Amino acid sequence: MRYGTTIKVPFGPQHPALKEPECFLFEVEGDFVVNVKPRIGYIHRGIEKAFENNTYMHDLYLAERICGICSHAHTVAFTQTVEGLVSLEIPQRAQYIRLIMAELERLHSHSLWVGIAAHEAGFDTMFMYLWRDREMIMDLMEEISGNRVLHAINTIGGVRRDINDEQANKIRKYLDKFEENIKNYIKVLETENTFLKRTVGVGILKPSDAIALCAVGPTLRASGIKNDVRKDDPYLLYDEIPFEVITHDGCDVFARTIVRCEEMLESIKIIRYALDHMPKGELKVKAPRTFPPNESIGRVEAPRGELIHYTKSNGTSKPERYKVRSPTLGNLASVCKTLIGAHIADIPMILAGIDPCFSCMDRILIKKRS
Amino acid sequence: MSLFKEAIKQIPKKPVTIKYPFEPGIIPPGLRGLPIWDMNKCILCVLCQNACPVSAIKMIPKGPDAGIVYDLSRCIFCAECADACPKKAITITDKFELATTSKSELIFHYKKSQ
Repeated sequence: MRYGTTIKVPFGPQHPALKEPECFLFEVEGDFVVNVKPRIGYIHRGIEKAFENNTYMHDLYLAERICGICSHAHTVAFTQTVEGLVSLEIPQRAQYIRLIMAELERLHSHSLWVGIAAHEAGFDTMFMYLWRDREMIMDLMEEISGNRVLHAINTIGGVRRDINDEQANKIRKYLDKFEENIKNYIKVLETENTFLKRTVGVGILKPSDAIALCAVGPTLRASGIKNDVRKDDPYLLYDEIPFEVITHDGCDVFARTIVRCEEMLESIKIIRYALDHMPKGELKVKAPRTFPPNESIGRVEAPRGELIHYTKSNGTSKPERYKVRSPTLGNLASVCKTLIGAHIADIPMILAGIDPCFSCMDRILIKKRS
Repeated sequence: MSLFKEAIKQIPKKPVTIKYPFEPGIIPPGLRGLPIWDMNKCILCVLCQNACPVSAIKMIPKGPDAGIVYDLSRCIFCAECADACPKKAITITDKFELATTSKSELIFHYKKSQ
């Protein structure tokens, strides 16, 4: 680096990739990025402290509001953590319903992201088509849970609503249509030049870097590494359901798109299997209001990657400490590495490539000492 | 080129957009909307107040104002109150057009008639 040739370019905090605020300070030389400094904490909401002031039942709704898109993943992780405090076993049917909702949420999150990626690449037709199909999934979730987002279907000890036969048939019908469309879109994305030129070879993340920088979720799997909490540490009933962990050797943004598209197809298979094998029975078991002193951890494969919740109870009805580690924080170090050496024009594409959810991630504030 | 077939398919189709305020919107069964209290069934047991995660419900136990004060502006429509009610006095309706121009219209006072 020669003196006088690097220019600092602040990127954000107004919506650098998806519609969320985060600031990245780029040092550029000519058209290339030589250094990146992320500055996180713009939407710090003090949510972990708020957890400590509420009872576990009320915290459930707070956990749901950590993220708007993967709200169900957060409640699954929350219930898993809190049920882990007293080793509470929930009924099989409840586990299946949680699983179906989780996979529907993965479908909606991934189709949203692929649409955004197409939009960032300047391929707005695909964006419209994907979001149109996403609407089917949103309708399904609205019918099952009573709301499009923030489903409030989980409760400590089970689920609150059942999936009846009529709804199950509707899910099957919609999924057939969705699957057909997604298969077409994969063909289009693989052949469309406008998309390929913006994504192939852009944002290379080598497998060794991906492991060293703790990348998670589709970002890691697009670097060719088989890593999925659903397979590695099965929760709910993922160990009983046959499915493949999708990987791709491309290591670039295109690989991340294809991994997400194919994961949608796998999710459809999982939902079909779950609907066919769902036993009849209870929806929830009675959960205690106060929890004995204990510590517990919940690991969930959210649409964006591995999500970890941790809680420490102290014998009262409120947690003593609650900690959330969302997948975007895991991916942030890797995206900074990927950005080094990239063209300035590719920055939005690479940033969007990890499917960032900055408001999930912001749980720290950096305060300068005077 | 690959999207050409899809584009042709769309030509005879009608627009999916509903002219919503002029036409009624599609409401799925089981939508969580405005909760309504039936004060003939209510026994003022405080369970809905305790169940509410956002303190939108306040119970007044005694006096001429005895009853339930429900603050719609705080409500997150989780339907925990309806689940908690032992007498099934709370119904979750599918009303969702709840915007008003004054804040006082958002506070519902259900009085226990004696």
